[in-house]
Amino acid sequence: MAHSEAEVLAGLAELVNEETGIASDLVQPEKSFTDDLDIDSISMMTIVVNAEDKFDVKIPDEEVTNLVTVKDAVDFIVGAQG
Amino acid sequence: MRRVVVTGIGATTPLGGTAGESWNALLAGESGISSLEHEWVQKYELPVTFAGSAKTPASEILTPQEAKRLDPSSQFALISAREAFADAGEPEFDPIRMSVDFATGIGGVWTLLDAFETLKERGPRRVMPMTVPMLMPNGPAAAVGMHFGAKAGVHTAVSACASGNESIANAFHRVKSGAVDIAIAGGAEAAIHPLPIASFAAMQALSKRNDDPSRASRPYDTDRDGFVMGEGAAALVLEDFDSAVARGARIYGEIVGASVTSDAYHITAPDPDGEGASRAMLSALAEAEASPSDVQHVNAHATSTPVGDIAEYTALKKVFGKHTDELIVSATKASTGHLLGGAGAIEAVFTLMALHTSTAPGTINLDNQDAKIPLNVPKSSAALDKGKIAISNSFGFGGHNAVLAFR
Repeated sequence: MAHSEAEVLAGLAELVNEETGIASDLVQPEKSFTDDLDIDSISMMTIVVNAEDKFDVKIPDEEVTNLVTVKDAVDFIVGAQG
Repeated sequence: MRRVVVTGIGATTPLGGTAGESWNALLAGESGISSLEHEWVQKYELPVTFAGSAKTPASEILTPQEAKRLDPSSQFALISAREAFADAGEPEFDPIRMSVDFATGIGGVWTLLDAFETLKERGPRRVMPMTVPMLMPNGPAAAVGMHFGAKAGVHTAVSACASGNESIANAFHRVKSGAVDIAIAGGAEAAIHPLPIASFAAMQALSKRNDDPSRASRPYDTDRDGFVMGEGAAALVLEDFDSAVARGARIYGEIVGASVTSDAYHITAPDPDGEGASRAMLSALAEAEASPSDVQHVNAHATSTPVGDIAEYTALKKVFGKHTDELIVSATKASTGHLLGGAGAIEAVFTLMALHTSTAPGTINLDNQDAKIPLNVPKSSAALDKGKIAISNSFGFGGHNAVLAFR
């Protein structure tokens, strides 16, 4: 079943919190993963793989560099859902 | 050359979550060894079902985010190093004058083998990107170095069960030569995992006293049947004597000599003549400008294996001759089990505390002392004289011998 944009945002915020300890409510659409949330590439890959499991989507490695903001990731995941 | 003193100690061991708790439990004659409750003990039908697990789990100390990126061996290392640095009074230092020497004998075995399970069951995409930095043997040293901002080098001696002592020896020489001003040194191990247990058991190195775990580690006893695995870490803060005095630091003791030799004899068996081990003791004493008769206390390697305990006695006899009878020997693995790469570090803490409090810890489980090892091994605490030298021995598979001398 497809997840709504709000559900994906909330789920992503949960994954970011689990991996980095950053409070979920700081994970807002306009935030940049690297510049605002200070998430390094290793944590980012862990979050991506966990997001694939959580939302049942595929996020190709070459796509990860395009996911600059939280909104980029939410949009990609919503679009990639079957 | 500078004099090198220890101004901070830290430990997390089967006896306690801190150096002080571990020391007090040791003096109280406690054992840190117990049956393992993990499901994998039954699952793999392990021939050995007990070990010395850390008394305080790392998860009670570290945040989930800290723990997530560190193998258990690095978690123990960081916990002990933080305690040691706080204990030293958090000295101020120039980062480019501070180094770390932190050992492990085996490395991140939990991370490595868990990741292999993930690979087999779920494929390469699910192998976590932190796997390599978590499993590498220099992980504990790197974690400690990052935490304190040490920029004068972060090093890992890997010499099996001599690793902890070799790391402390290396740190000692760095401070002594003036290469660095302050060093954090220690050793960690977290290898209570079914594979190392199965492997050590296969080589008949482990005690199989499954029905009586707390009495299984019994160095020098006629009924000893192998060592007992332990886990944890210990750390020391090493400083130049003059600057430690200038800042009013508490000094536990001075490291006066350290030596590392190798047997070139057999990959696992100690040289029965004790040539390499005795040479390590003699050169540590030579560096200390001391003679064997200046030594009063020995924290022996004494793992509780039938062959190893005798080989160490032979080496002691070679070094100390008639003076061997005057030595007050402690075999603290009777209480802690064998922390492998962490062993030298926790035993350095115990040796320093013995000098600092003028008290040699007693050795438990010594019911019938092996007649072939007629050492003076008190069963309860014994008084030490001020100003005498104590040595701590560590030997490892590969024929490694590492000896530290303290005063």
